[in-house]
Formats: sequence, structure tokens, C-alpha cells
Amino acid sequence: MTTAPILRIEDVYKSFGETRVLNGFSLTIQPQEVVVLVGPSGSGKSTLLRCINLLHPPTSGRIWLEEQEITAPGVNQDKVRQRIGMVFQEFNLFTHLTALGNVMIGLTKVRKMHKQEAHDLAMFELERVGLVERAHHYPAQLSGGQKQRVAIARALGMDPHIMLFDEPTSALDPELTGEVLEVMQQLAKEGMTMIVVSHEMGFARQVASRVVFMEGGIVVEEGPPAQMFEQPVHERTRAFLRKITDLDEGGQ
Amino acid sequence: MEFFQDLVTTLNFILQGLWVTIGVTIVALVVGLVFGVVTAMLRVYGNAFFQRIATVYSVIVRAVPVIVIIFILYFVIARFVNLSPFWAGSLALGFASGAYQTEIFRGAFQSVPSGQMVAARAIGMSRWQAIQSIIFPQAVRLALPGWGNEATLVLKDSTLVFVVGVPEILRRAQQVSARTLEPFVAYAAALLLYLALTLLTTQLLQWLERRYRLQM
Amino acid sequence: MQQFLELLNNAFPFLVAGALETLRIATGALLLGIAIGLPTGVGRVYGPLWLQRILGAYVTLFQGTPLLIQLFFVYYGLPSLGITFPQLIAALLTLGLNSGAYQAEYLRGALQSVGAGQMTAARAIGMSQGQAIRSIILPQALRLVLPAWSNEVIAMLKNTAVVFVIAIPDLMGQAKILASKYFAPLSIYTIVAICYIVLVGVTYLLLRQLERRTQIPGLTNEAE
Repeated sequence: MTTAPILRIEDVYKSFGETRVLNGFSLTIQPQEVVVLVGPSGSGKSTLLRCINLLHPPTSGRIWLEEQEITAPGVNQDKVRQRIGMVFQEFNLFTHLTALGNVMIGLTKVRKMHKQEAHDLAMFELERVGLVERAHHYPAQLSGGQKQRVAIARALGMDPHIMLFDEPTSALDPELTGEVLEVMQQLAKEGMTMIVVSHEMGFARQVASRVVFMEGGIVVEEGPPAQMFEQPVHERTRAFLRKITDLDEGGQ
Repeated sequence: MEFFQDLVTTLNFILQGLWVTIGVTIVALVVGLVFGVVTAMLRVYGNAFFQRIATVYSVIVRAVPVIVIIFILYFVIARFVNLSPFWAGSLALGFASGAYQTEIFRGAFQSVPSGQMVAARAIGMSRWQAIQSIIFPQAVRLALPGWGNEATLVLKDSTLVFVVGVPEILRRAQQVSARTLEPFVAYAAALLLYLALTLLTTQLLQWLERRYRLQM
Repeated sequence: MQQFLELLNNAFPFLVAGALETLRIATGALLLGIAIGLPTGVGRVYGPLWLQRILGAYVTLFQGTPLLIQLFFVYYGLPSLGITFPQLIAALLTLGLNSGAYQAEYLRGALQSVGAGQMTAARAIGMSQGQAIRSIILPQALRLVLPAWSNEVIAMLKNTAVVFVIAIPDLMGQAKILASKYFAPLSIYTIVAICYIVLVGVTYLLLRQLERRTQIPGLTNEAE
């Protein structure tokens, strides 16, 4: 290990009432890594992402972002979230704002930029996801794929140091997933650190530096995609990956 | 201690107005129900002529403050028959409520699926039979939440007949305050009494709604 | 008919004055109602539990009792405690507090119908809860609340008609004076009813325009 990790998750537990979702989850991520997180539904993937950006603070355990312990008491959570971009399965675009407005609002309200500056940066981010010509459309006037690309641009505008993707293509019609995955692949190429919860195995094979299989709120097995897909150690991993790869191929 | 004695005396006096308030409310609601259901049927199922009349009634009456309607009808009624303020006021309030109830029942009639009418006609019912025995029973249940809301509004509006001299809660409060010279106690008691009445009514209506909810 | 027209002619200046007074009171009370209803609605959804309880009690009290008695309480009842208002202030205060309770409830409904994802997304880009409410949730809720708010404006115009009981010369107050002056209550109240129909009708059309102007695609009450 030569570089300092960008994110360190140590022994994180998370319960909602009686239900325990994360059971001592630990993971360390280096800068520019792309980690694809897989696992059966209910295994705690989404919860983990929401713990990382403190939308659901962990019940116990500690998380460091770039050497700062963000789970320590007194940490300004809003400031932490600015450094962590998040993309949701359901897009969650702000309904009352245009595509441009969605990207701009964080710039003006949170980063306190001037309007013109925010406008220019927002247009740049929309350009990055290929949606400049849709800048003045409202979310209801965009396709699912376009909405998700705007959501990515919105997150990028905050200049995040790491991006979390929570099943970014699951709510999309199959023919619309490509455009979103392309944008994500481009981001990875530019060196963005990313944690992606996804069952897009093609994307995992091509883009991921690591695949992490989790179940029951802990890491079962992790490794480079080739190893995980070809020679997984655990029977559970093998069974799960076989099932979703079959579905994947069956779907095509 | 004196305050509480005042309060008890005052409440005792105003309580007699409670029955008048309840009476006015019930009469107005029943009158409004008749006007509302008939007008709504005319608006939904009537010919063009009746539809127009029904619409004019509903739109005009809802654009005028209830208190103005009460004054107008009070003087209209007084010109033709010799009715007590209680009956004149209640009828006027009912006529006003009818316009609001029209809208409630119109919405309910229109939200009974059109397939119900088709199915009723298909088994050989006449149009009137279908309305009577298939559409109406469903519409009444659909109208219940809106009607419950209107009932509490009429309960509160019933205090407006105060202006034509009906001895309901507010009139009684005014009388007792003139006697005890404690207007604060009198009007506070009137407010509390009303609050209890509306809360109770709301509970009752919710119970009714749960009981007769339609599984659709 | 001749008589009626003459009456109309004599009454006209008073009716205009009355209509202006009605509009003045309705506008003032609506603004007060917004000033009260907005923070109350937000507080009832996002405030701490104790605040929600207090605001809930305020709403129940004003929605559970008749406006007319509220007016009597404020104008005739409170002076025994040494709190005295001039007529106009008593009317504005009562109507404003009453409207504030209704407006708060409409806003509460609208706030609750804005999807939870909107708040999550706003927090995820680093907004504080206050910022998220101000720049994401409220702008949407205020558009959603517009139809209910329009109804409240119309209701307010009609509600002002009770203030004549504390001798305010609004439309209804003028009617009362004219009716006894000319011994023609039926004609006078009919004319006044027509005045209200005009006021309400014009207001209704203006509000429809406003609703159309502020519409945003995809942000309606019907759509999920």
C-alpha cells in the first residue's frame, strides 16, 4: 500500500429497529478504484451506501473519508456529503427544476457560487453527460436514461471525491441502460473513485477494479472481476454470480 | 372559585342553546341532502334544460356568503308564510348547503364506473331503475367522506342563524354575557362547547365511514 | 322595476365603498393567514414533537369552532382581560388566525405529498435540512397547494361577510344600513348577493390564470 486509502469502513453495524442490516462490514477503497458491489436483495448494499454518506448514520463502527473520521461526533455531515456524490435508483431529480436547475441548485445554495459561474459549470457538467440540448427540459419531459444522466451531472457538479451509485440502471428500460453505463465508464476512465451497486455484469467485467460480494450485511468474498467470475472461492458467490450472469445473458 | 361558578352558570345557560344548534344543523343537513341529491341527479342524468337550472343553482349559491343567503331567504319566506326564525333559518341554511352537497353527489355519481350502468341495462333494467338500485347505493357510499366534511361545515355555519334571532349557542352566549357582564367567560364557553361538538361529530362520521366503506 | 333601479342608483356609492372594504379586509386577512399558515404548516411537518402538538392544537381550535363566535370572542370577550382591539384589527386578526389554520393544513398536505426522495437527494448533495426545505420541498409544495389555496381565497371573500356584526362597513355592513334606510331588505340583499357573485367570479378567473402560469410539467396533484 503506497497511497492512503480514500475510504475506510471499519466494522460497521446498522440496525433499523429490531432488524440488523449491516453486521460488522469492513472495506477499504483506494483512490481511483471502481468497486462493484453485488449481492442478493436485502443483503445491505443500499444501506451501506447510505451509511457511507451518513444519510443513515451507522449504529456502530467507524468510517474514514480521506483520513477524516466522518462518523466521529461533531462532524459537519452536510460538508461530508458534498464530497460524496450519490446517484439513486429512482433518479430523485428535483421535480420543480429544469435539468439545468437541478445541476445549478447545489452550486448556488451549497457551494455558494454566483449565478453565472454556476450556470457555466452546470452546462459543462451537462455537456459531460451529453445533455446540453436538454438543459431547459423539466424531469417529466426527459426519458429515464436522460434523467439518470442529469442526476449524475448534478452529483458531479458538487466536485465529489468519490461517487456512490445505488442501482443506477435498475429502474430503466433495458434499451436505456447503455447510455447511463457509458457515462459511468467514461467517469471511471477519468479516474473517479466509484462504488457501484449493480447487477450489470458486463459493466463489472469491463470497468470494475474489484467486485465485492456481500450477503447478510458482511463481505463474503472480494477480488478482481476475472477471479470473481471465473474462480470464486465460496460456493455462495459461485451460485449467486451464476444466477445473475445467466439472467443477464438470457436477457440478451 | 368565583370564576368557576360563573363558568358553570354560563355553561348551564348556553347548554340550552346546544339543542337548538343541533336542531338547526340536522334540519339544514336533511334539507340540503334533498336539494343536493336531486340537483346532482339532474346535473348528471337530466336533460339539457334541467342540467342548466341545476348548474345555475349550484354555482350562484356557492358564490354568495351563506349569511347573505340566510338574510334573503328569511325575507322571502317571511313574505309568503309565517314561519318561526328557527324554521326559516334552518331552511335557508339547508338551501345553501344543498348547493355544496350538489357538488359532492355529482362527483360521487360521476365516479361510479360507467360499466355499472351498462351492466345494469344489460340485465334489462330501465335507466331509472339502474340509477335507483345500482348507481345510487354506490354513489352514496362514495359521497360519505365529502358529505361528512360538509356536515361539520353546516354544524359550524348553523351559528349564522344567530342573525335572524334563533336562540342557538352564540345567541345564548350573548344573552348570558349581557346578564353576567362576563363576555369572556360566555364566549369562551361557547367556543369550548362548539369544539366538543365538532370533535364528537368528526369521530362519529369517521366511524360511519369505516363502517360503510365500499370495497372497490 | 322603476323603483328597483332608483334604489340601485341611490345605493350604488355605498355598495362600492362596501365592496372596497370587503376586498381590503379579505386581502389583509389572507396575507396574515399566509404569514401564520406557512410557518405553521412547515412546523407541523418538520418541527420537533412538542411544536407539532402546539401547532396542532391551534389548528384544531380554529377549525373546530365557528368563525362568528371566534370574532365575538376576540372583539367582545378579550376586553374583559384588558385586551382591546379596534373593530378593523379584531376582524383582521380573527379572519387571519382562522385562515392561517386552514392554510397550514393545506400546506401540510402538500408538504407530505412531496416524495421522500426529494429530501434524500437534497441532503445527498450536502444541503442542510433547512436549505432542503427552503429550496427543494417548499417550492414544490407551494405549487401543489395552489388549488387548495385558491379555494381559501374564495372562502375568505365570503367569510368576510360576518364582520358586519362588529359594525364594520363592508358590503354586508352597508347592506344592513341600506336595508333599514330604504325599508327594502329583500332588494338590497339581492343586489349585495350579485355584488358578491361578481367579486367571487372575477377572483376565481384571476386565480385560474395564476394556476396556469405557475404550472410545471410533471408537478401536479394527480401525478405521483
